[in-house]
Amino acid sequence: MPGVRSPRVLPGFGLSVGFTVFYLSLIVLVPLSAVFIKSAELSPSEFWSVVTAPRVLASYRLSFGASLLAAAINVVFGLLLAWTLVRYSFPGKRIVDALIDLPFALPTAVAGIALTAIYAGNGMVGKYLEPLGIKVAYTPLGVVVALIFIGVPFVVRTVQPVLEDLDVEFEEAAASLGATRWQTVRRVVLPMLAPALLTGFAMAFARAVGEYGSVIFIAGNMPMVSEITPLIIITKLEQYDYVGATAVAAVMLIVSFALLLIINGLQAWTARNNRSGR
Amino acid sequence: MAGVASHAFGSSAHAARFERNPAAREPAAVKWLIITVSMLFFAAFLLLPLYAVFSEALRKGWQAYWEALVEPDAVASMRLTLLAAAIAVPLNLVFGIAAAWAIAKHDFRGKHVLITLIDLPFSVSPVIAGLVYILVFGAQGWFGPWLSEHDIKIVFAVPGIILATIFVTVPFVARELIPLMQAQGREEEEAALVLGATGWQTFFRVTLPNIKWGLLYGVILCNARAMGEFGAVSVVSGHIRGQTNTMPLQVEILYNEYNFAAAFAVASLLALLALVTLVIKTVIEWRLGREPHPIGAP
Repeated sequence: MPGVRSPRVLPGFGLSVGFTVFYLSLIVLVPLSAVFIKSAELSPSEFWSVVTAPRVLASYRLSFGASLLAAAINVVFGLLLAWTLVRYSFPGKRIVDALIDLPFALPTAVAGIALTAIYAGNGMVGKYLEPLGIKVAYTPLGVVVALIFIGVPFVVRTVQPVLEDLDVEFEEAAASLGATRWQTVRRVVLPMLAPALLTGFAMAFARAVGEYGSVIFIAGNMPMVSEITPLIIITKLEQYDYVGATAVAAVMLIVSFALLLIINGLQAWTARNNRSGR
Repeated sequence: MAGVASHAFGSSAHAARFERNPAAREPAAVKWLIITVSMLFFAAFLLLPLYAVFSEALRKGWQAYWEALVEPDAVASMRLTLLAAAIAVPLNLVFGIAAAWAIAKHDFRGKHVLITLIDLPFSVSPVIAGLVYILVFGAQGWFGPWLSEHDIKIVFAVPGIILATIFVTVPFVARELIPLMQAQGREEEEAALVLGATGWQTFFRVTLPNIKWGLLYGVILCNARAMGEFGAVSVVSGHIRGQTNTMPLQVEILYNEYNFAAAFAVASLLALLALVTLVIKTVIEWRLGREPHPIGAP
C-alpha cells in the first residue's frame, strides 16, 4: 500500500520466525532429509536398479498415467461444474457448491471403500457395467475412478473465482463485434481461464500421484498391473527393505518438489492474468 | 486485497448478472445441457459415494449398526483418533499463528522460501510422511538404538501416529491466516503500539479478534484432515487392534476381514464428520465473504 509508512516494526518477529523455522525443521524438514540421507547408502548404480526395477517401472506407468487421465477428465468436468455454479441459478446450488469439497473432507479410506462398494461386480453401478464387459473395481480403471474423485475440487475451486471475477465487458465487446456465443467462449473466455485450468490440472495431478487411501481398496493391487507407486513403498517396508522403500520415496519426492515449483509458477501466472483481465 | 473478496459467493443473485445479460449467456438448451452434464458428474462422483457409505452401514439394520459402533475396538479407535487430533490441531494452530505473524506482519528476506516450505507437507505423498518417521525413530533409524535402550517406542505406537498426523496437517492454519493477515495490513497493530499497548496486548486485543473466523476456518479444515488421515498413519501404526488403530485404520481392518457392515458403520461416523466440517466451512465462508479456493492443494 503506498503512502506514509510508520518506521515502527511490529514486535515479535524474532520469536515468531524462530518458532516457525524450529517447528518446521523438527516436524517436516529434518525428517524429510532422512529420505535423501538414507538413499545415499546405496551406490548410484544400486539406486538406479532399485528405482527402475520392472515392477517399480510398471507402478510409475500406472500412477502417472492414471493421474494424468483423471486430472484431464477433471479439467473438463471441473470447468463445466464451475461454469454451472458461477453462471447459472438453479435450485440446490448452494448445497452442490458446499459438497464440492467433499473429497477433501471425506477421509480417503472411507472414499476408497465406498467407491469399491459402488463399482464391485455386485455394486450399485458395477452390476450394470459388468454385463457390458466393463470391469472397474480391481483394475487400473478403478484407480482412475478413485483419482477422479479426489481431484474434483481442485479444478472447480481454481476456476470458480477467476470465472466469478471475469469482466463481462469482454464478452459484451465480442458479442457487439458480431461473434457468436460459441466463438466468444472459445476465443475470449476460455483463454482467460487457461491459467486457472492448468493450475487446477497440475494440483489434481500432483495430489493424485501421491494418493494412497482411496486407491488401494479399489485397485486390486496386482503387481505389474494395478499397483501404484505409494503401495510399492509400503510393500517394501513390510518386507523390511527400508533402503529400497526410501529410494522409491526419493524419486517420488523429487517429482513432488518439481510439481510444487510448477504449481507455484502457475499460480503466480493466474494471479497476474486475473489482475490484468479485470 | 488479493485472495479476500468482499462479496458473497454462490448466491443466485450473482448468477443473474450473467443470465440477464444477452452477451454473456448461452441459449437455454445449451445452458440446461451444461447443467445436466455437470450435475450428473456431481451425482455420480460425489453424491453416490456419500450415499453408499450410509446405505452400506445400515444394510443390516440399526441394531447391527449400533453394535458395530459400541464394539470395544471401535471405541478404542475413536478415542485414539480424538487424542491424535487433540494434540495435532492445537500445535498446528500455534504454529499457524506464529508463521502468519512473521510472514504477514514483517518484511524479511527468504519469505517466499519459507511460505513454500510451509506448504511442503501437502506436496508429499502421505505414505512418505509416515516413512520419514520410521527412518528417524524406527529400530534401524537415527534414534532407534537410543530409543530401544531407554525402552521408548515411537513408531508402531501412539507417538508415531500423532507425529504423522501433525506432519500432514502442518500447513492448514498458516495457509488460511497468511492471506487474511496480509490483506488486513499492519495499521491497527501499529496504532495500538503507539497508544502504549504491549506486543502481547496488541496481539490478543487487536489481531486475534480480527482473525478469529479465519482461525476457526483453518482449525476446522485441520481437524478434518487430522481425524481422517489414513496413509501416513497406516505406515507408522503397529495395526494393533484396540491400541494403535485410528478410526480410518479400523475401517480398513474391518473391511479386509469382510466385515463390511461394521467397516461402513465406523466409516459413516467419519462421513458425518466430513458433512459437519463442510457445513461449518460454508457458514464461515459466508461470514468472511471468502472466495472459493482449493483446500489442501499440493
